[in-house]
Amino acid sequence: MLNYGIPLQYFLIVATIMFFVGVYGFLTRKNLITILMSIELMLNSVNINFVAFNKYLYPDKLQGHFFALIVVAVAAAEAAVAIAIIINIYRRFSNINVEEVNEMKY
Amino acid sequence: MIDFSYTILIPLIPFFMFVFLGLAGWKFKPMVSGILGTTGLFVAALLSYYTAFEYFFHTEKILGAYQKLTGFNTVWLQLTDKLHIDLGVLLDPISVMMLVVITTVSFMVHLYSLGYMKGDTGFVRFYSFLSLFSFSMLGLVVATNIFQMYIFWELVGVSSYLLISYYYDKPTAVAAGKKAFIVTRFADLGFLIGILLLSWLTGTFDFKTLTGAHSPVITQGAGVAFMGLSLMTWSLILVFIGGAGKSAMFPLHIWLPDAMEGPTPVSALIHAATMVVAGVYMVARLFPIYFMAPGAGAGLEVVAYVGAFTSLFAAVIACTQFDIKRVLAYSTMSQIGYMMLALGVSGYGGHEGLGFMASMFHLFTHAMFKALLFLGAGAIIHAVHSNVMQDMGGLRKYLPITHITFLIACLTIAGVPPFSAFWSKDEILAAAFHHNKLLFLVEYIVAGLTAFYMFRLYFNVFWGKEKQYHHTPHEAPFTMTIPLMILAVASIFTGFIPFSKLVTSDGVAFASETEMMIAIPSVVIGLLGIGIAWLLYKKESSLPDRIAAGLGGFHKWAYNKFYFDEIYLFVTKKLIFARISRPIAWFDRHIVDGSMNGIAWVTTTTSEKIKGLQSGQLQQYGFVFISGAIILALVFGYLLIF
Amino acid sequence: MNVLNLFILIPVLTMISIILAKEIRYVRVIAAIGMGCQLVLAAVLIFTYLAIRRAGNTDEMVLTQTLNWFPSLNITYAIGVDGISVAMIGLTSIVIFAGIFASWEVSDLTKEFFVSLILLSTGVFGFFISLDLFTMFLFYEVAVIPMYLLIGIWGSGPKEYSAMKLTIMLMGGSALLLVGILGIYFYSASDGGPLTFNILQIAKVHIPLVVQKFFFPFTFIGFGVLGALFPLHTWSPDGHASAPTAVSMLHAGVLMKLGGYGCFRIAMFLLPEAAHEMAWIFIILTATSVVYGAFGAIMQKDLKYINAYSSVSHCGLVLFALLMMNKTAMDGAIIQMISHGIMTALFFALIGMIYGRTHTRYIDEMGGLMKIIPFLAVCYVIGGLASLGLPGFSGFVAEMTIFVGAFQHADTFHRIVTIVVCSSIVITAVYILRVIGILLLGPIKNNNFLSFKDATWFEKISTVTLIAGITGIGLAPLWLSNMISGSLSHIIERLTM
Repeated sequence: MLNYGIPLQYFLIVATIMFFVGVYGFLTRKNLITILMSIELMLNSVNINFVAFNKYLYPDKLQGHFFALIVVAVAAAEAAVAIAIIINIYRRFSNINVEEVNEMKY
Repeated sequence: MIDFSYTILIPLIPFFMFVFLGLAGWKFKPMVSGILGTTGLFVAALLSYYTAFEYFFHTEKILGAYQKLTGFNTVWLQLTDKLHIDLGVLLDPISVMMLVVITTVSFMVHLYSLGYMKGDTGFVRFYSFLSLFSFSMLGLVVATNIFQMYIFWELVGVSSYLLISYYYDKPTAVAAGKKAFIVTRFADLGFLIGILLLSWLTGTFDFKTLTGAHSPVITQGAGVAFMGLSLMTWSLILVFIGGAGKSAMFPLHIWLPDAMEGPTPVSALIHAATMVVAGVYMVARLFPIYFMAPGAGAGLEVVAYVGAFTSLFAAVIACTQFDIKRVLAYSTMSQIGYMMLALGVSGYGGHEGLGFMASMFHLFTHAMFKALLFLGAGAIIHAVHSNVMQDMGGLRKYLPITHITFLIACLTIAGVPPFSAFWSKDEILAAAFHHNKLLFLVEYIVAGLTAFYMFRLYFNVFWGKEKQYHHTPHEAPFTMTIPLMILAVASIFTGFIPFSKLVTSDGVAFASETEMMIAIPSVVIGLLGIGIAWLLYKKESSLPDRIAAGLGGFHKWAYNKFYFDEIYLFVTKKLIFARISRPIAWFDRHIVDGSMNGIAWVTTTTSEKIKGLQSGQLQQYGFVFISGAIILALVFGYLLIF
Repeated sequence: MNVLNLFILIPVLTMISIILAKEIRYVRVIAAIGMGCQLVLAAVLIFTYLAIRRAGNTDEMVLTQTLNWFPSLNITYAIGVDGISVAMIGLTSIVIFAGIFASWEVSDLTKEFFVSLILLSTGVFGFFISLDLFTMFLFYEVAVIPMYLLIGIWGSGPKEYSAMKLTIMLMGGSALLLVGILGIYFYSASDGGPLTFNILQIAKVHIPLVVQKFFFPFTFIGFGVLGALFPLHTWSPDGHASAPTAVSMLHAGVLMKLGGYGCFRIAMFLLPEAAHEMAWIFIILTATSVVYGAFGAIMQKDLKYINAYSSVSHCGLVLFALLMMNKTAMDGAIIQMISHGIMTALFFALIGMIYGRTHTRYIDEMGGLMKIIPFLAVCYVIGGLASLGLPGFSGFVAEMTIFVGAFQHADTFHRIVTIVVCSSIVITAVYILRVIGILLLGPIKNNNFLSFKDATWFEKISTVTLIAGITGIGLAPLWLSNMISGSLSHIIERLTM
């Protein structure tokens, strides 16, 4: 394994922490914006993994980078849509707490 | 061989009249419809007389016996390979006699009703129902097979229902019609099961085969026994239940008195002269089986005892009633009891068959004088607008023709010679005397009672104190009096018809002569009855009431018809409706349907309970998902390591 | 072209024309014309059929045609008729024709109503002409589904509840049925041949007894639900009470007959040995429902409930007679289906017409209608008399054929049950006369009723058609009985083998 300074494990640890922070936020937060942010966290942790693995495993290939870029693009689109929805929800309910927006429950 | 196929017209003419009047009758003036109906019956009556004449005097006898001829026959419904229901015309002495009786009485009633029912709103309906009844009754008597008889049996039942409930806005009339129909229907159930059993045993419905004197079918079903009697006997008893229902035999008699709610001409036609003797006719029709089938003697015993008991029972009640039509109704029951008894004590063939002949003879004379009595009662009711004896008295001055004819009828039924019932009743008593002394004694007493209650009626209505009338009673119009006079003549002279030469059990003529031994005492007791009635009721007196009071409980018991209506009401309303029907309705709604709803309830409750899982909260799903993933990871990790 | 296809084609064309119709008032005219054609066609079919038989054709099914529309599972559009299906088609066309006229005044969503009604009848017609189990099942479902909409939308009272109950129970029935049909299908291969849904081909195969005994209850109960088999009949009172007039007519008149027809055409015909072995259970159940239904009807107050219970009783008699498995009784069963179909349609039509005037169905609140609406009242009396088995009407023919047939059975058990069943004729008389007495006769109870008009022309067409059917069969039953029993020979042969 080539030694570029920072070993792979460090990236993975950071990514894992980020991911589980995201999971924790996703599961516990009630505010839609925070949930969205948590999702972004998770996505970005995955991005880190992609890039890191790409660099360490196949340095002459670019698939990992592409994936990371696609994820970023999709995340941007998703954030746009999600925020649009959240704004609409806010207009409708003056509230963006997920547990209180339960009009369609059952 | 004479072609009798035209006889099919006799029932068909009234049928077409019924259809025509029923569908198109309202287009004419009521009277036109009435006259049309009457004309139809008149033609049918003429055809019957012609048929009777041809049959009795021009057909070939074999070994001196009148044969059963089939005038017309067609298969109506093929049931199994052997069993088929035919519709046809069977001519033999009893059916020809019945044709004459029915068409005569029916024609008289049609004619009479032109006056009696005049101005009634349902005039056309009345005539179409009368035609329907005549059709059904004629179809019944000419039946070639027992199933045809059942078909028309039901039809007379329904026409009786329609005519009893004729005044349909009167609740009592509706109730009476319903009662009549349901009681007879109940009896018909017996009849139906009897037919099923009989046809199963013998493999035929056909009367000719069933009642042929040496027919092998008669010996069928002897071997199998149920409760000590052979199946054949059971089937005959069941069939007799049907007859007992129609003929108002005890204990299925309760509908007949109520049936008097119908218009009086209807009572005369259906509930006196024709339909109520259908049971007698049926037993007579099946008489050879009743007599010859192995072990079926028990069937005849039943017939005899039921007949005797009914005649006594009804005569006692008749002595206490005040409604003149009800008195006549009980009297009818009593007289039919006579006929049944006569059949029950009869033997088969020659002089042995005296009872059979006497029964038919009495049926014939009874039809005439009882129709006369009812039509007379109708004329009285027409004049005073009441059914109850207490409202009447001294009517002889106002209704001379009715008075005379009514008197003739009363004398006839009391068995005074030479009126017709003297001859026929005498034969019945003779037959009973030679068979069973106990039954004879019963009938002998009934003869006295009959004379008493009829003259009680007669004196109460035509003599006694004159009552306050709304308007002066007036004699009925000629359309009503003519039938009275014709029937009066018939009541006097029909006794001289030599029945023993014409209508006998095996079709062979035999010599029968009046036995003075029996005739004289029966006349004496008849006169005695009349005498007592004369003493008690000729002048208004308190004596009858005192006697009634002296009898105390028994009188009250008899006056209330021995509480049979109440017993029946108890059984139907309290037991069947309240204890069977209502619980079933409840059971169905709550248990059967409840269990269905219960299943639905279980399903919805369960899904209600578990629907929380599908909360729509993504976070919850995510939590479950991730915890699941972690648990799985731990498990696999554990498995990998160890 | 095979004349039978027209029975599907005409309703479909009628539905299309109704959908395309510009104005609402044309809708009912189109429906009436379409169903009138159907009635004429049914008459033509009867004559064609009789002519074919008279020409000496003794095939089990005539006018057959086969079209393989799903070859991989060998599902075919196989059609053909025998005397029984011809009779049932005649019944259906009479009832639907009368039903169109009885619903002449539906003003709410008229187009949709008539389309659903005719769709329902298409399913029924398709069911009766099919010879392929799967196609039959398909048409069966086509008949059941519109029922849900018809009751749920145009019904009265607790209509959603009733519609749901009816549909779910019938669907439950079809679920059982599907199991049965598939069971039969997988044992239908004869000597290594392909699996088939075709009834005639299955009939040539001997299905092992164990398999028969396993699948017989599924098929029989599956159809039995529709045929109001005790204790699975409870959809019937609620469903009928809530359904609009024409739907009650079609449902009680025709759809319930699908049950009876299916019971013998599929369950008993294809699984004869199991039918023999298990008949006694169902005989007891059906005998119970005959007597039980009649008793249940006595104390009811709602006209439609009375009639629904009466239907339970009469349909019980149909299944009872079928299970007797002899020619006469089965003949009677088919006649009873037809007779009861027309009779009960007449009743429901009249109840609908009376309800349309009085706006109540409780007999206690009415009285003396004979004076106010004599035409309808007389029709009601005729229907009542027919229902209690009066000679001259079809009910008598049917009942007597059944009783005589059932009593010919060699076994004492069957005869005793027959006697029990016979007693229903008395109970029937009680509840019929009770209704007539309270509802039609007696004094007028409510003076508001005095303003009612008697039957209109379309109501007259509806009732007279049905009464003509009842009396026609009642007066001259021989041709019908012969037509049916001729076709029964094949079935009896198989049942007694």
